[in-house]
Amino acid sequence: MKKIKNLKEFSTSADRFEGANLLCPGCAHSIIVREVLNATNDDLILAASTGCLEVCTAVYPYTSWDASWIHIGFENGSTAVAGAEAMYKALKTKGRLKQPDRVPKFVAFGGDGATYDIGFQWISGCFERGHNMMYVCLDNEVYANTGGQRSSSTPIGSSATTSPAGRTSYGEKMNKKDMVAIMAAHGAPYVAQVAPNKWKDMVAKIQKGFAAEGPVYINAMSACTTEWKFSPEDTIAVSDLATDSLVFPLYEIVNGTELNITYRPKNIIPVRDYLGAQGRFKHLFTKQYEYLIDEWQTRVDAKWVQLQRREEARV
Amino acid sequence: MAESMELRDIEVWDGNFAAAQALRQAQVDVVAAYPITPSTAIVEGYANFKANGYVDGEFVMVESEHAAMSGCIGAAAAGGRVATATSSQGYALMVETLYSASGMRLPIVLNVVNRALGAPLNVNCDHSDMYLGRDSGWIQLNAYNPQHAYDLNFIAFKVSEDHDVRLPAMVHQDGFLSSHTAQGVHTLSDEVAYNFVGEYQPMNDMLDLDHPVTHGVQTEEDWHYEHKARQHHALMSKVLPKIQEAFDAFETLSGRRYNIVETHQMDDADIAVVCMGTSVETAMEVVNELRATGIKAGVVGIRVIRPWPLEQIADALKNVKAIGALDRSSPNGAMGMLYNEVAGTLFNAGVQTILTDYVYGLGGRDLTKAHLVQIFNDLKANMDAGKPTTPLQQFIGLRGPKLSFF
Ligand SMILES: Cc1ncc(C[n+]2csc(CCOP(=O)(O)OP(=O)(O)O)c2C)c(N)n1
Ligand code: SF4
Repeated sequence: MKKIKNLKEFSTSADRFEGANLLCPGCAHSIIVREVLNATNDDLILAASTGCLEVCTAVYPYTSWDASWIHIGFENGSTAVAGAEAMYKALKTKGRLKQPDRVPKFVAFGGDGATYDIGFQWISGCFERGHNMMYVCLDNEVYANTGGQRSSSTPIGSSATTSPAGRTSYGEKMNKKDMVAIMAAHGAPYVAQVAPNKWKDMVAKIQKGFAAEGPVYINAMSACTTEWKFSPEDTIAVSDLATDSLVFPLYEIVNGTELNITYRPKNIIPVRDYLGAQGRFKHLFTKQYEYLIDEWQTRVDAKWVQLQRREEARV
Repeated sequence: MAESMELRDIEVWDGNFAAAQALRQAQVDVVAAYPITPSTAIVEGYANFKANGYVDGEFVMVESEHAAMSGCIGAAAAGGRVATATSSQGYALMVETLYSASGMRLPIVLNVVNRALGAPLNVNCDHSDMYLGRDSGWIQLNAYNPQHAYDLNFIAFKVSEDHDVRLPAMVHQDGFLSSHTAQGVHTLSDEVAYNFVGEYQPMNDMLDLDHPVTHGVQTEEDWHYEHKARQHHALMSKVLPKIQEAFDAFETLSGRRYNIVETHQMDDADIAVVCMGTSVETAMEVVNELRATGIKAGVVGIRVIRPWPLEQIADALKNVKAIGALDRSSPNGAMGMLYNEVAGTLFNAGVQTILTDYVYGLGGRDLTKAHLVQIFNDLKANMDAGKPTTPLQQFIGLRGPKLSFF
């Protein structure tokens, strides 16, 4: 397993995802992808679903990928990689691999729309069939590539273009779908939620994921400067607010049951601070909708209690 | 190593099993599949071969047809021989990915057992599914019976995987009429069949770890046009000669002759029908009977649907005075696809003739010899009058009041 000493070395240790791409300045997608790829020295076979990452990194005649990469459609990055993994197995059985002593890792990336919504069936199928692959969701809680429509990951009270806040609406009405729990329920050997600001935690989880046999799901919080509406230089600061307010708790679930919380903030900050840092929640700070901020806090507290109980009870 | 299977020279197989045997003998590396009537037995057959050690590729039973083709695309991009099968609604669910496979120039063989599209739901044969994907950039071959379904799979692999071509290929056969009808099928031995198809030669394969490749890029207005034009160019200029080569090589191997356009009694035909699938052989029988009464009738069977063999079709029909194009798909607001394509082909070749469109056999309705006799009678009346005397478009074998249009 690749040893990583410090952030400086980590950030320059491999260049299989080039800095040259069309993602917005400050986009967390690029930070996460780099962290995932830099966590390993293994050969990689990658796929991406349609979304910001895909449209910004493989614009002919250029590519930002120095590892084999494929994109088919919005929903099927998971199955593209599963097909490649099946071919790897077949050629291994038949003795036709070009580099038989090298064992590549298979990774698919998708946005939350590609993952929580349209691609859900494909991912579920891949996990049920037990392909040896990692699926990384770049969870920016919105369809960013098409201009900010709601997804089933968009949190309640967020203003998205298809669930806009207005005089008679506070924006998104539904709670964010718990994709991590759903993927763990597939009995996957390893499922984790990560955030790019906690890079050591992230590397440890990615390495654990690569070491696991079978399908691995990583839900990566991906702060989106454009749709969350914060300054590009604040990506990591906003990410810190997310993990320290426990809006995005960091934990892992091993074999579908064993839950471990991997980050406990020394000072838990109020959810209000996280919401207040982003334009998408601006309307919540008006008299009409302010009650939602308290509801938010109650929900985040309850989830934290639940996670701790599950950790303790080992269920 | 997969075990070899001893076959008799002639086996009694239906079209589905014949196709499954061809996938086994081609020793496909990955089959990703989802069942749908009437093509299910192809992948069941393959799964059985795998369960009994006759194939050592991977069989991935995915959760939908869209995933089946997605998996096939990933597998083909990884670098190996790939195949699957589908019909109807499953084909419709695949359509998005069919364009991806051809756009990425990936060799994949898809057996399409033709079936109607709902609603109303119907499991029987017509060519609605085939028509739905006709612009998807795949090579499309048409089998009229189980023997063809077997043989054309080998041709499909050979042409599709050719490095000058690199385009996916479909083998169509008629649901139930071919897929579930057992006939004597002349076989090839495992060794002869595999050698004909040849060992898979990877190209731009993702599993060549020293040479990473990017598949499925974005192009927009600055390159998309060029890519699509080149794809079309490959289809139009490279595929037919390769198919011809493969047909010739296959004849040397097996003694069985296939042609890009199949003709029956066309040398001196005055009237003719153009059709696909099982109706070609029915039409041939009717033509033989008409010939005995002195009527100079003929049949043109489309063997290669895509790329459309313009020249060969024009050549076969150039002296015919009245033609019926037989469309086995609801035209839904237009003339049938076969009518339109034949009309365009003849117009372009400067052939002045009388062309009518016969819609038939939707949802499994039989096309009987009596129907064909009626069609030829129409054509003869048109020829004798030297002008159309019958409606431009008719529905054949329809209950209730006669429907005709235009
Ligand atoms: C079948 C299909 N439906 C819709 C689209 C349009 N589309 C492309 S990307 C996208 C949203 C992507 O959102 P997400 O998956 O969250 O990724 P992000 O761009 O936010 O990273 C949509 C709706 C499509 N490409 N294909
Ligand atoms: S819109 Fe958001 S997710 Fe998309 S590139 Fe910009 S910052 Fe990244």
